Amino acid sequence: MIEFDHVSKYYGKKQVLKDLNFTIPDGKFVTLIGPSGCGKTTTLRTINRLNEIDEGSIRIDGVNIKDRDKVELRRSIGYVIQQIGLFPNMTVAENISVVPRLLKYDKTRCEKIVDDMLAMVHMEEYRDKYPSEMSGGQQQRIGVLRALAASPEIILMDEPFSALDPMTRASLQEEFKSLQQKLNKTIVFVTHDMDEALKLGDIIIFMVDGKVAQIASPEEMLDHPATDLVRSFLGKHIQDQAAPTKVEDYMLRNVRKITKSRGVHECAEMMARYSVDTLLVEESRGGRYMGIVSIGDLRKYGRTLKTIEPIVRDTQRTARVGDEAKESFDYLIDSGAGYVVVLDDHDRIAGIVTKTSVARSVAANLWGDEQ
Amino acid sequence: MRELINTYGLALLKALGIHTVYVLVSVAIGFAIGLVVGILLSRKPNWSTVVLPIVSIFQTIPGLVFIGVLFIWIGMKPATVIIALSAYAMFPVMKNTYTGILEIDPKYIDTANGCGMTSTQRLFQVELPLAMPTIIAGLRMATVYTVSWAVLAAMIGLGGLGDFIYQGTYTNNNLLILIGAIPAAILAVVLTSIIDHLQKKVTPKGLQKGGRS
Repeated sequence: MIEFDHVSKYYGKKQVLKDLNFTIPDGKFVTLIGPSGCGKTTTLRTINRLNEIDEGSIRIDGVNIKDRDKVELRRSIGYVIQQIGLFPNMTVAENISVVPRLLKYDKTRCEKIVDDMLAMVHMEEYRDKYPSEMSGGQQQRIGVLRALAASPEIILMDEPFSALDPMTRASLQEEFKSLQQKLNKTIVFVTHDMDEALKLGDIIIFMVDGKVAQIASPEEMLDHPATDLVRSFLGKHIQDQAAPTKVEDYMLRNVRKITKSRGVHECAEMMARYSVDTLLVEESRGGRYMGIVSIGDLRKYGRTLKTIEPIVRDTQRTARVGDEAKESFDYLIDSGAGYVVVLDDHDRIAGIVTKTSVARSVAANLWGDEQ
Repeated sequence: MRELINTYGLALLKALGIHTVYVLVSVAIGFAIGLVVGILLSRKPNWSTVVLPIVSIFQTIPGLVFIGVLFIWIGMKPATVIIALSAYAMFPVMKNTYTGILEIDPKYIDTANGCGMTSTQRLFQVELPLAMPTIIAGLRMATVYTVSWAVLAAMIGLGGLGDFIYQGTYTNNNLLILIGAIPAAILAVVLTSIIDHLQKKVTPKGLQKGGRS
């Protein structure tokens, strides 16, 4: 647990950190975000005392870090920077084992750590390469391994993926998120990219001008951005929230209907033509919804009947125009039913909501509103 | 030719030997002091604003004058030559050590600190290896200068290849000048090629162009 207690810092007369108060619980992935110059990197670097604070205190597991030896403190915290900073004079193996060697682990233990780390990212063949022989993405994977090598409980990351190309960045984000969930480390992660902050963070700390503007989970921040600046940073993600939520926004309007007075033969023929196994039945053309007729009932009882009226079942779940789509979606997913019938104010058929509609809505919420 | 060798051969060998010893000893001392002072300055960059100007003023004193002053003070001893040459050999090494360390990309210093290296560990594991190419370039410069400055030893009667050159100039004998100058030039070339070889050895593999292949 990392506790910031009335933390302030000055560069000359300028106050760069203004009375920061927050707690980072163990095992959480915390993203620090904000406009440039907001003090997010400075905040990160106070945790391993690369930047010293002027007022207040920072405690890790209850111990004020001022009372700990700087060198020993840093060895117990992983550190990854944007510029990667693998030592060019050391091989991959030597880079990974920097901290274990500083901690005077014996040689076999260091070797084992290197092997385990490389196996984790499937880069065993790079063991004896030099950083200059690898791509940026590969280098940063090693940069992350170096931070993990001595099994620190806390890892500080300063925009570690922002210098990488978008493809590499996305795959490193994925890899790292799953790694974090597996290893259960406390991560403090500085970024200026809201996508990244939302994707990776369990908790987002939004800083503006040396102060905390909002601390919230990604969902909470999207639902209730604390200030206009937070809202503008969320940008397109906020609009996603305004994505349509009503049932009519997702229903299919072009549905196969039949009136109750139609004959069994005609009904069977229609089902065949449209390749469906049920039809919606209305009282009259454009009239009230009565229920559905299924191919099973048609086969069972069809021979003895003239019209389909006696085999109409009113068992299908219905929804009303104006209802929240979510209820229907939940029902579809939980029950495994094929569709929900949507009725208008006069009990007429407006359309149906299917599982395809659910998929469409999920997609809209995840990737924006472009269809 | 044979006659030449009979006349000057032994003297030339002796002079070359003395000259080489002057160069090696002075460069070794100058390198050691220059390296240490350069490192100290890089630890305390504030000091360098005082030390470096003083040093560069000192460096403008002609070698001739410096050796002359030391001669008056210490007398006609090899130490006079060694002290003077060491002082001059020290400058390029010190300057290159200092700038070599200060010019290291700050990201390496930042990560070294972030990993929890002490100042000394950072020096030996990161800073000196990364500055090594620049430091060796300083050593190379010091060596070339020292080979030519060592000629001044003859001025106070302490031998070396300068003997031939001074005799040659006094007696207006171009041959003698060449007998002194050519071996000095060869000595400079041989020593620098040894240093170039050394540079390849001490430059971290990861820093060599084109990786290890």
